[in-house]
Amino acid sequence: MLSYQFDWSVVTSGKYFEWLVSGIKVTLQLSAVSIVLAFLVGLLIAVMRMSHVKPVRWFAHAYLEFFRNTPLLVQIFFWYFGSYKILPQAVNDWLNATNFEFAAAVIALTIYTSAFIAEDIRSGVLSIPKEQMEAARSAGFSYLRSMQYIILPQAVRITVPPLVNQFLNLAKNSSLAMSIGVMEITYQARQVESYTFKGFEAFTAATLVYLVISVAITALVHLYNTRVLNLQRAA
Amino acid sequence: MGEFLNFQVIADNFVYFMIGRFPHGPLGGLGLTIYLAVVSCILSFFGGLILGILSIVKNPVIRYPVVLFINTVRGMPLLMVIFWMYFLMPALMGKTVPESRTVIAGLTLFTSAYMSQIVRAGIEGIPKGQTEAGISTGLKHWQVMLYIVLPQGLRNMIPSFVNQFVSLIKDTSLAFIVGVSELTHVATQINNRTMAYPTEIFIFIAFVYFVLCYAFTSLSRWLERRLAWRKAI
Repeated sequence: MLSYQFDWSVVTSGKYFEWLVSGIKVTLQLSAVSIVLAFLVGLLIAVMRMSHVKPVRWFAHAYLEFFRNTPLLVQIFFWYFGSYKILPQAVNDWLNATNFEFAAAVIALTIYTSAFIAEDIRSGVLSIPKEQMEAARSAGFSYLRSMQYIILPQAVRITVPPLVNQFLNLAKNSSLAMSIGVMEITYQARQVESYTFKGFEAFTAATLVYLVISVAITALVHLYNTRVLNLQRAA
Repeated sequence: MGEFLNFQVIADNFVYFMIGRFPHGPLGGLGLTIYLAVVSCILSFFGGLILGILSIVKNPVIRYPVVLFINTVRGMPLLMVIFWMYFLMPALMGKTVPESRTVIAGLTLFTSAYMSQIVRAGIEGIPKGQTEAGISTGLKHWQVMLYIVLPQGLRNMIPSFVNQFVSLIKDTSLAFIVGVSELTHVATQINNRTMAYPTEIFIFIAFVYFVLCYAFTSLSRWLERRLAWRKAI
């Protein structure tokens, strides 16, 4: 350790700097696409989980339990290596025509995170008094419309902080995409390390990227908690 | 679609999936997964206890660095922590470290940071009157913590600890990245050797992880109900 020569120029300029920057871009792209999809799928599963149709509810429950209780890495490997046998040919053709590593990572991250998001949304919805639903139904709204106009808008407001935490988890979990060759920031840090032997500098750079993302998101949640939730309480 | 799923590959390699080359070689497969999870869990229980207590001491010279450390680790992906361990540990210890130790160190550091939050919440959940009563009977601060606050707090923390253990079981799959032959690594080995059955292999290990994790998730829910009921009395 004492004989180690620090050389920060490796990661602050030149080719390796560009590698890291391209890695940051991929991390942000991967996270952004997966966050949007995970939120939509999570919302759908949460609504299905509270449905009055038993098979729908059971499906959502099984989905939740299965994907929450399996490692993300295994899910990534499943979609990357093993999904071709159970997907229709047309889907396989389309996936092969696109950037398949990226697509597999998006699918795995979306499904894994959606299971957690669905549970957060559900506990948000359950925290809304059931009289709200009864009032909406007796005012003539259908079940779905009551959800859409009365319950969900209130539940989403409560659910924002845990949801944002799930987004943060997703951004951190996107590092696992390196295992199937998605060139995100962790992958690039490792590349820089193996080309230059400057592991300390490369991993410091990548760590800082994750910390900046974490601090930014945590600050947003804090702002939301103090501003929006307090405003609501005052109103 | 077309191809039919053929689970014969699982039956042929079942023992290898479960224990690797053991007893003729090192333990691997599911056995190693459980070993990594249990050892890291025990270590990070104590790590989390120490960090959790240090993060609420009055002295800011201790508290601030500890809180900074906890938040830094919580802001990093586990994979990053494992990579740090992977090349910091040999540098700090001046000798090569077996990969399984690296992984245990990474998992322990990472999980300790999360456990410390559970410990902190557990301690803060005990009414302040308990501490004050302890102090006024003449106990020292550490005695109040050790004999009064922790025994009550720890019981409330049990369900969260079990949940953290479930996360640990899932997280051991990352040991694959540094070449430790736990269940996920064994699966990729068998996949590389047999070539034709990735779907069957990954469905199977997903199922194995699921059974293990779901059992503990259910245990945690059961404990939560039971402990909540006891508290009501």
